[in-house]
Amino acid sequence: MKLFEFQAKNILKEYGVCIPRGKAISRSADASTTFQEIGCNRCVIKAQILAGGRGKSGGIQFASSPEEAQACVSGMLGSHLVTRQTGQKGTEITYVLIEEALPIKKELYLAITIDRCLQTPMLIASAEGGMEIEEVANRTPDKIIKEPIDVFFGIHPFQARRIASQLNLSGTLATKLSNLATNLFDAFLKNDCSLLEINPLAVTAHDEICALDAKMDVDDNALYRHPEFNQFIPSQDISPAEALARKHRLSYIGLEGNIGCLVNGAGLAMATMDIIKLHGGEPANFLDVGGDASLEQVTQAFKIILSDPKVKAVLINIFGGIMKCDVIASGIIQAIKEVGIHIPLVIRLEGTNVEIAKKILDNSGLKITAAKDMKEAANLVVSKVL
Amino acid sequence: MGILIHKDTRVLCQGITGHAGSFHSERMLEYGTKLVAGVTPGKGGTLHHNIPVFDNVLEAATKTGANASVIYVPAPYAADAIIEAADAGIELVVCITEGIPTLDMIRVTKYLSNRRTRLIGPNCPGVITPGACKIGIMPGYIHKPGNIGVVSRSGTLTYEAVWQLTQRGIGQSTCLGIGGDPIVGTDFVEVLRLFQKDHETQAIVMIGEIGGSAEEEAAGIIQKEITKPVIGFIAGRTAPQGKRMGHAGAIITGGKGTAASKIDALKNAGITIADSPADIGETVARLFR
Repeated sequence: MKLFEFQAKNILKEYGVCIPRGKAISRSADASTTFQEIGCNRCVIKAQILAGGRGKSGGIQFASSPEEAQACVSGMLGSHLVTRQTGQKGTEITYVLIEEALPIKKELYLAITIDRCLQTPMLIASAEGGMEIEEVANRTPDKIIKEPIDVFFGIHPFQARRIASQLNLSGTLATKLSNLATNLFDAFLKNDCSLLEINPLAVTAHDEICALDAKMDVDDNALYRHPEFNQFIPSQDISPAEALARKHRLSYIGLEGNIGCLVNGAGLAMATMDIIKLHGGEPANFLDVGGDASLEQVTQAFKIILSDPKVKAVLINIFGGIMKCDVIASGIIQAIKEVGIHIPLVIRLEGTNVEIAKKILDNSGLKITAAKDMKEAANLVVSKVL
Repeated sequence: MGILIHKDTRVLCQGITGHAGSFHSERMLEYGTKLVAGVTPGKGGTLHHNIPVFDNVLEAATKTGANASVIYVPAPYAADAIIEAADAGIELVVCITEGIPTLDMIRVTKYLSNRRTRLIGPNCPGVITPGACKIGIMPGYIHKPGNIGVVSRSGTLTYEAVWQLTQRGIGQSTCLGIGGDPIVGTDFVEVLRLFQKDHETQAIVMIGEIGGSAEEEAAGIIQKEITKPVIGFIAGRTAPQGKRMGHAGAIITGGKGTAASKIDALKNAGITIADSPADIGETVARLFR
């Protein structure tokens, strides 16, 4: 789960991280009073979307009066911001963050992430703040500082000193950075983050170290122990179909093609998309009904696929291990009875209770093309949309 | 012989009285697995499927001589269950549970790093040495004893590959899923080394997927240490960037972890890649003709 910048900043504030004074609003009528409340000469107004590249796309602007703030916010709220990470349609701006614009001496980069290879939280820092870290890593890999963090001990003082010196910070700034790194890791652990990125991290004219931006991703697997996130605004990076799927504990991702897929197991679901492409078709979605989906889940899964107007044919590929093929068959029939189907349906079933499943489908009187294996299934379904 | 488990492996099941634990314990018993104990806190002293249930792993292991454990405990309690098994000295822990928080798994792997316990998973189908022992949720009948080692990050895609082998009369030494999470107990590299040492295994099928760099690391080891033929397949060529494809670990971030990068690394290491998931069995069969 990705958090908005202002949500992440509100959390970080509780951990003693220096954040510019500011407030997020969703109504443009509140813009000028918010500007006055913050009480500074110049404010930065930041579109709250979950994609990067805002700065270069007009998603970050400055205002020096309540009127300017008002005009700027009115222009942003409700409009769609297109950045290189959003796709062509862009993302609707429903919140803006108004913050005091701080005088900045230097921009740094600081993040904590999970290093899958070393199986540890990893602190990443760079003196080249404000740029994309991937870009810095590609151009000047020696400018990236990495420190693995012991999950039980936290950041050792010597590590914090080492980072500060590599960032060319000394004296009180080094101490401030050390405290900040410790506080960030505390926030990372307690909020079950998979990513906590501060870019840029600013050294201000008053020698404070302040988080000008904050990106926080929370591990979905840990949400059960964070009821405080339930009240957060639902993620905007998922479509309504994806949200509906999530509600039924299905894993669904919409794609651009026209062949709908219903598969059990994530690996097989990816492989099914791949084989459709290999045979000249384009998958319309990824859909994993899981290892032990219920009749209800299969029905919902099928409905979600059929609700996509791009879908011109459906491929069902099930290898029943835990999941019994007859449950899948009953689910499909149930769904067709409820929503009807006017497009070709190719089914490949294998595994537990496959014979019972075949009988159920045969006796249903539905127009279904049965395939004996994955290759035949892919061939058949692609031929239906050509 | 196969790797990790054999006919004398004595298995205990943590979470045996739960829905999944109960169902799959029965399937394991049917397959002939020596399931000797169950553990459910608070249900010690009872019998389940005629197997003694204990309150904790240490007692179960001491009284039954169990040396392997399979975990079906729900995600919020699974990390503790793994550590409990390691604390009791269990040599092999297979964790089926999906949805364990990543930071929990980082603590677990750190805890295990100076202990002799090997963890398989989590979020995996388990391990099977066909005809000898099945620990996990895979359907037993699709397997056949033989000489191909199969290792994968997936569940059903592994069944698909195994079934393609079995239908062609090609048996397997051991098949296992290492799990679909970002942090797992045992990676491809360790399994490849075990297969290399195993006399029964003549060739290895390795099924990877997008996300992370486990396949790239495996490619390095294959080039240096593995003399047996390796056949590979990578799922997720059509997966979009930045989306989690069902498995918590299957995600392309910042252009890293793509199928193309993995396929390149494996091909450069001299591994035969099956381009289609339907051709895995046939690619192996060609090797033995």
